[in-house]
Amino acid sequence: MTTHTIVALVENRPGVLNKIASKWRQRGFNIESLAVGHSEIPGVSRMTFTVDGTRTDVVQVTKQMDKVIEVVKVVDLTEHNMVHRELALAKLGAGPKERGSILEIVDIFRAKIVDVSAESIIVEVTGTEEKVDAFLEMVGPYGITELVRTGRIAMTRGPEAPMTIDKSKVEAHKFRAAGEGKAKIGTLI
Amino acid sequence: MKLTGAQIVMECLAREGVEHIFGYPGGANLPLYDTLRQYPQIQHVLVRHEQAAAHAADAYARLTGKPGVCWATSGPGATNLVTGIANAWMDSVPLVCITGSVVSWLIGRDGFQEADITGITLPITKQNYLVLDVDDLAGTMREAFHIASTGRPGPVLIDIPRDLQQAETEFEYPEKVNIPSYTPEVEVESGLIKKAAQLINEADRPLILAGHGVIISKAYDELKELAERANIPVICTLLGLGGFPGSHELFMGMPGMHGMYWNNIAIGEADLVMGIGMRFDDRVTGKLADFAPKAKIIHIDIDPAEIGKNVKTTVPLNGDVKRVLTDLNPLVEPSKHAAWHARIRDLRHDHPSIAIPNVDKVLPQYVIKKIYELSGPNAYYVTGVGQHQMWAAQHFWSDNPASFITSGGLGTMGFEIPAAIGAQFAKPKDLVWSICGDGGFQMTMQELATCVEYELPIKFAIINNDFLGMVRQWQHNYYDKNLQSVKMLQPDFVKMADAFGIAGLRVSDKSQVEPAIEDALRHPGPVVIDFEVEQEEDLFPAMPPGAALSETIDQPKFAEELEKVSTP
Repeated sequence: MTTHTIVALVENRPGVLNKIASKWRQRGFNIESLAVGHSEIPGVSRMTFTVDGTRTDVVQVTKQMDKVIEVVKVVDLTEHNMVHRELALAKLGAGPKERGSILEIVDIFRAKIVDVSAESIIVEVTGTEEKVDAFLEMVGPYGITELVRTGRIAMTRGPEAPMTIDKSKVEAHKFRAAGEGKAKIGTLI
Repeated sequence: MKLTGAQIVMECLAREGVEHIFGYPGGANLPLYDTLRQYPQIQHVLVRHEQAAAHAADAYARLTGKPGVCWATSGPGATNLVTGIANAWMDSVPLVCITGSVVSWLIGRDGFQEADITGITLPITKQNYLVLDVDDLAGTMREAFHIASTGRPGPVLIDIPRDLQQAETEFEYPEKVNIPSYTPEVEVESGLIKKAAQLINEADRPLILAGHGVIISKAYDELKELAERANIPVICTLLGLGGFPGSHELFMGMPGMHGMYWNNIAIGEADLVMGIGMRFDDRVTGKLADFAPKAKIIHIDIDPAEIGKNVKTTVPLNGDVKRVLTDLNPLVEPSKHAAWHARIRDLRHDHPSIAIPNVDKVLPQYVIKKIYELSGPNAYYVTGVGQHQMWAAQHFWSDNPASFITSGGLGTMGFEIPAAIGAQFAKPKDLVWSICGDGGFQMTMQELATCVEYELPIKFAIINNDFLGMVRQWQHNYYDKNLQSVKMLQPDFVKMADAFGIAGLRVSDKSQVEPAIEDALRHPGPVVIDFEVEQEEDLFPAMPPGAALSETIDQPKFAEELEKVSTP
């Protein structure tokens, strides 16, 4: 059992996220984190999953994912040399007395204060999950009233680009984005 | 040319060469029905329950090689299709299912007869669509047929709101389908082909396990060439039956849970197993850890996700069976494997497995065997699910390609009647037998009305043991003889046939079996024969659930009375 980082390029169409999530569900996987957003190609979204499982099980699911028609490419980045990050926003109960010591921790973690009020501050911290965990542990005693984490996003280091799609393929076909032209029902992705 | 959405659907169906639609009307697909008479080249077949529409389209697709088309209204019409769609999904059958949906502004508001059918069918379709713009309709239809019929075939569903069926737009039929994320055609590396050929040439005890992929790919000649070239015995999976001639000396019958004992033992001794267009299903492999322990595995399959899913593969050949075998065959060297064949001959001699005891009772397997013998070489057989299905498979030794239609993966009771309807539409001039269980028959028997309405001369053989036979056998053998809910109170099937306007016959004595079958064959219309067979006949060979192939139990009964009536 290891944590796998799976990246998928998918056509940005209604129902795709549901279809892919369903493949993990069918095999009894719990998705630890999931981040979705646009990729460098118009009409194509990039999804990053982290899941715990054996290599054989994960290979099986990625093959099943690849069978979803809208999936352009799936790669398990786990064994690649990659950069991965997560972003968290934490709202801390912080009156004037605590602010100073919180600021010190924020400084050490190269985090950022993004909102301040008389009773609270919001801190933005970016890094690996371990770094975010460590930060949260440090500020825990001040009282975290609200927390949101984006889940992991990842990219391979250096010129290696396993996620690249054949350029000619991309040019030959205009990926059809959801909601193009007329209003459509259904959420994005 | 300006057309309505409904006309676009029909126009696309016509251009795809569709000749039959199996369907049922309702509020949300009325515009489609309103358009039907403008397309006389397409016949609509009115079934009595939507599940039957999907099963009929399924069997129709298996026999024509083209996607079967069925449609239904929204809500319950659509959900009634679900079992049929799941059946096609498990058995890789190309279907295009069109459901009417509530008007688009009611979607998501729990409108009357609304069901989220794209959500419901998501895990059992190869692709599904909710069309929300009439301009997308033609492209969606084109894509649906392309996706259903290419690569590993499967069902595709298109949900079309009623207002879209009525909306007008300029009709443009897309010349090409362009789905960059979908690549059904895969090239196999020549290196892997060479490696596979080398394994075959080095093998002393090779076996072929041929599956449905051989039939889908129509690779009959290529499979025969491979088998004959290197003298390799061919075992066919349940869905692979009919992919290799039954009378061929290399044909070994079926493996697995109720397969021939000799096959299950041979698989354990083989040094090379070639899975061709099959998926190493648990009913074939038994306990995975003990499957083919001495064998290297070559796996040919078009679906990359099948390779390595259940069984560790030595050489994966991910591609279309016909294409792969075309490349592979020339590299395979002639071989005799004399010792291996001698061993298999001994196994077959010592364990005749499917020999039928010569007793006075009406044995179900005897009835099935007689149907095969008396129906000639060109008949088609559709079965339900259970004991009768396995007996039908065990004794199926026809040379007619793809003439055995059964629900393999999903194991859907009630498949036998509607699927026979689809089969008869696909093969209007040929004899179609529906071999039914008394349980399954009662699940879809309303479709007898469809047979009468369309004058389909299907012969229904109810293998009636007054029990849900397979379940009874399991309860008896594996649940301490605790028989629960398996004894069925039956209607009088002969009277019932009469009520539908179908000829009905009852057979309760062995001497009546042949005359009844001959009567049915002579009768120009549909016939129901109620074969009152031995009630507690067990099905053998049988591999206990969770056991390994080597633990298969051969015939424990009638040992002295065995009379060989089948190919040894």
